[in-house]
Amino acid sequence: MTTKISIQAAHKTFGSGEKAIVALQEVNLEIGSNEFVTFVGASGCGKSTLLRCIGGLESLSSGSIKVDGAEINGPGVDRAMVFQHYSLYPWLTVTENIKFSRQLRAGREELTSSDVEAASGRADALINLMGLNHVRDAYPNQLSGGMQQRVAIARALLPRPQILLMDEPFGALDAQTREVMHDMILHVSKLEKTTIVFVTHDVEEAIYLGQRVVVMAPRPGRVDSIYQVDLPEQRDQDMKLAPGFLQQKKAILTRIRETAGMHTDYELLERMTQQAAQQNDMQ
Amino acid sequence: MSSRNKILARWDSLWVIRGELSRRTYLMFALFGMLVPLAAWWGVSVSGWMDKVFMPGPMDVVSRAYTWFMEDELSHDIWISTYRVLAGFTLSAVLAIPIGLMIGTYRPVQAMLEPLTDFIRYMPAVAFIPLVMLWVGIDESSKIAIIFIGTFFQMVLMVAEDVRRVPITQIEAAQTMGASRAEIVSLVIVPSAKPALLDTLRVTMGWAWTYLVVAELVAANSGLGYSILRAQRFMQTDKIFAGIILIGLIGLTIDQLFRWLHRRNFPWMYKK
Repeated sequence: MTTKISIQAAHKTFGSGEKAIVALQEVNLEIGSNEFVTFVGASGCGKSTLLRCIGGLESLSSGSIKVDGAEINGPGVDRAMVFQHYSLYPWLTVTENIKFSRQLRAGREELTSSDVEAASGRADALINLMGLNHVRDAYPNQLSGGMQQRVAIARALLPRPQILLMDEPFGALDAQTREVMHDMILHVSKLEKTTIVFVTHDVEEAIYLGQRVVVMAPRPGRVDSIYQVDLPEQRDQDMKLAPGFLQQKKAILTRIRETAGMHTDYELLERMTQQAAQQNDMQ
Repeated sequence: MSSRNKILARWDSLWVIRGELSRRTYLMFALFGMLVPLAAWWGVSVSGWMDKVFMPGPMDVVSRAYTWFMEDELSHDIWISTYRVLAGFTLSAVLAIPIGLMIGTYRPVQAMLEPLTDFIRYMPAVAFIPLVMLWVGIDESSKIAIIFIGTFFQMVLMVAEDVRRVPITQIEAAQTMGASRAEIVSLVIVPSAKPALLDTLRVTMGWAWTYLVVAELVAANSGLGYSILRAQRFMQTDKIFAGIILIGLIGLTIDQLFRWLHRRNFPWMYKK
């Protein structure tokens, strides 16, 4: 597998002086072409920051991120991004949202007229692929959260990006919609041969989707450990109940708990129980 | 359930917090809200509690408005006042929208202009009258200038705030699609802020009308505000009432026009 994204000694600090927060410390990682990598970790571990750095929305304090060997400099059409929500344009219809990038100069520069025709066909193909045909003229606020995210994904895919960066894209969806979206995005990654970097707080989602799961740890934000996922390439929802899957889920959850520096205060719970019991006795 | 209980339940359902109201019930309440003060006004005036000089009745006001229209120059007064308001308002909108857009988009512009604007907007527009007379003279432009001073600075700050409220993810999504800065401003920020901008214009239009009376203090010899001030000198309270109510009605009409424009231009906000 050839390397697509190469992260070397990435460092990111927010603020300065005593209040400085180290969001990323010494992150080194290679992501392969057409790989599906998921990132999990306790809050504050820098997983979203790292994704935003790859997308070019934030810049590193030091270190480098290279795509195909060339250092990135700001956002680019080779790296599309899907956000958790509020990223669609409410004044445009579904079709207009999906075609948004075509009115940008960056998207037009190298196009010949036959490319433009192909792009028009591509918008239709994506609308079909995402099951959006019946709502193509609707406005985003008429759609459910799951449908809105399909539009956001289709819009990101339109200019055929080589890399798709996803920042908790299904975090606001209900469990059933999420399952549907999981199989959909796996299917898309195979068809489009896109490299996908996917940030989530849901470990089950991370294992189900990822070929590798990168666990990050907070204070300072860093890569803690990397888990290779041994599931058949063709995923299926029942696999989530297989012993191997559950074992890996447990291992990752335990690791995240250890790094989070947060735990249930059993002593406090015990005291609460005793107090409640005493009050009941007195009555 | 007895019919009494049914009526009680229905009455109770009207007072659900942030509840729904049918269009018919809404209109009934709105009409009630308008008619009660009108009836109270009429009641006070026919009871003879108050001298007609202090409190003319609704009919006195209507007949005064009629003679104002027939024997005096009511339509000219309406026209010239509306013209002054629209000219002052348009001038401030034409300047405030691009300036507010720049303040809300680029930090250096914000740093340069926002504290300054904040400072100036606290200066009372009325106090500028002597200066305005000195600088622009006493013709139409001085009245327009007063209305401009009263609305422009507030408008700049409100436009900047509308622009700042555009969700950052909408902007970042465009960045990751390769949009240039100019494209982000024209294809994302402006269309995203448009509905809020139209609302800002609607609100500031109200302020422009309140500054009209102030503006017509400045050596005017026509206009609704001027007529109200002159009526004061002759103790024509009925004419004062008529002038105030007319300004209210014109304002209400313009407000409804803005609301209609909003529904027409931003259909996506009204579809559910």
